[in-house]
Amino acid sequence: MSGYNFAYLDEQTKRMIRRAILKAVAIPGHQIPFGSREMPLPYCWGTGGIQVTAAILGPNDTLKVIDQGADDTTNAVSIRRFFARTAGVATTTHTEAATVIQTRHRIPEVPLTENQILVYQVPMPEPLAKLEPERAETTRMHGLAEYGLMHVKLYEDITRFGHVSISYDYPVMVAGRYLMSPSPIPAFDNPKMHMMPALQLFGAGREKRIYAVPPYTPVVSLDFDDHPFRATRAPHTCGLCGSKDSYLDEVVTDDRGGRLYVCSDTDFCEGRREAGEIGEQAA
Amino acid sequence: MAYVAVKGGERAIDNAHAWLAEDRRGDISVPELTTAQIQEQLGRSVDRVMAEGSLYAPDLAALAIKQAQGDLIEAAFLLRAFRTTLPRFAASSPVDTAEMSVRRRISAVFKDMPGGQILGPTYDYTHRLIDFARAAGFEPPPAAEEEADTAAMPRIHDILGHEGLMEADADTTGEPGDITREPLSFPASRDLRLQSLARGDEGFLLAMGYSTQRGWGGSHPFVGELRVGEVAIEITPPELGFAIDIGDITLTECQMVNQFKGSKTQPPQFTRGYGLVFGHAERKAMAMSLVDRALRAEELGESATAPGQSQEFVISHCDNIEATGFVEHLKLPHYVDFQSELETIRRMRAEAIKEAAE
Repeated sequence: MSGYNFAYLDEQTKRMIRRAILKAVAIPGHQIPFGSREMPLPYCWGTGGIQVTAAILGPNDTLKVIDQGADDTTNAVSIRRFFARTAGVATTTHTEAATVIQTRHRIPEVPLTENQILVYQVPMPEPLAKLEPERAETTRMHGLAEYGLMHVKLYEDITRFGHVSISYDYPVMVAGRYLMSPSPIPAFDNPKMHMMPALQLFGAGREKRIYAVPPYTPVVSLDFDDHPFRATRAPHTCGLCGSKDSYLDEVVTDDRGGRLYVCSDTDFCEGRREAGEIGEQAA
Repeated sequence: MAYVAVKGGERAIDNAHAWLAEDRRGDISVPELTTAQIQEQLGRSVDRVMAEGSLYAPDLAALAIKQAQGDLIEAAFLLRAFRTTLPRFAASSPVDTAEMSVRRRISAVFKDMPGGQILGPTYDYTHRLIDFARAAGFEPPPAAEEEADTAAMPRIHDILGHEGLMEADADTTGEPGDITREPLSFPASRDLRLQSLARGDEGFLLAMGYSTQRGWGGSHPFVGELRVGEVAIEITPPELGFAIDIGDITLTECQMVNQFKGSKTQPPQFTRGYGLVFGHAERKAMAMSLVDRALRAEELGESATAPGQSQEFVISHCDNIEATGFVEHLKLPHYVDFQSELETIRRMRAEAIKEAAE
């Protein structure tokens, strides 16, 4: 696009973001403040992820963008178009074909590789924010690895409900040191972060923070010995491809309680159908 | 309803944009608005968009207002997104508002003072009666004119400062921070707070300032001075080594005078809250100065108990571009999270129903 630099941001800004990314990789799970810029998309619609992607994208990269696991949701379309327009990079919907995957709220079902980078869009990077609103205080708590407050929250959940009531954005410990928000992915996806071969980068534009999980880093969902972490999904199979273990979206089909469960990862679902897998409700 | 996988995002966006363009233009039998008309006749909107968009560019602000159908936050957002792509050639020297070509200057604490009271173009003493004659078009008779008074107009602290009744200017040595380049952390120094407030949402600051007047923060403010006018912007290019004038901008400045009971180290004196805003924006400058003073509570040894005195509360929430992003992102799909919530609530309900049955 004329009048703008490759991938929209100027090179100095990209260098600043890359420095923040390098720091983030060096201290896994620790939030690095960065000079987040205004982007032509609204805050919370992926500005953090977009800035990280813009900073790491090269002309030979192939970009995939998903929202809710799907390539065709409007915001994913909009961000993919943004980079196709400002960087002219190749885009894809195939998880395996992508070198950079920007995501909102999901981790693809297909395991990622060392040659890929997963960029998460993050609305609230501070995992303690709901328990302690003051940033100055949570910074101190991270410094001292003082995470008792979060354990108390989980314990209170268990005493009240019999289990932890957090179903997404479920807090994780990274490399045994920093408590981290995995972004609002369903808790179902948390185990995929553990020892992932791909680099995981997290960008929070409005909150001006970047953090990272380097490849092959232990990521553990908080739990107790007698109440181990459980990844849950809707207890159904995908109506289109018959998958029994993918994360499912619930689609309301009528006003009489009719439901269709389908894979939230559209590329995964299409791949299975192309390979001949057929669900019970496939047309 | 047959389930159609949510394909067609691309076409839906294109169609939505086309519809929006049509909606923006409105009835084509009505002449299209020009940006010159917006700039000349909707100046206060242009000023607000420049202030909250953090870019002094009246022509671009007018275009942004047109493009955003008069949605001023959307227009400010357009300006911000453009601003962020601009290279930074130089930083200007601090503007000297004592040198302002004043068209309005009032004080509520002295009946008269050097330079006098100048009402200027104000709504203050108009009767708010809808002027039906204006609907048909209106050419105002020329206003009375007079030679501009070139006498210096000292600022309020220059007048009260001599006796030590007014706190001195803060130490201005050293480089100010830059919230557009460095992320904020708390506690934030006053230069950074003032930058945030200057681009903060007028409505939010108005409400926060108002709350400090109503007992949520215990301020006792007086408008020491409010002035509106043009100031010259100067930069010193390193290759020249001397300052050059690159143009004039309109600014509104407010010095709000507040009581201060004194502390162990300082005798009682008046303290100040400061407001400085692009364009003609008195409400914003006054609100900003109230909030600035309230945020100094801790520095001045006052107890900080009200929302208006909390740095994190005020500064983290005053930016309407950030706020509108977070609020409006709730329109984005959240199927995945909601699905996980559905499963959790079903499990909790099943357990509760089982327990009730036992």
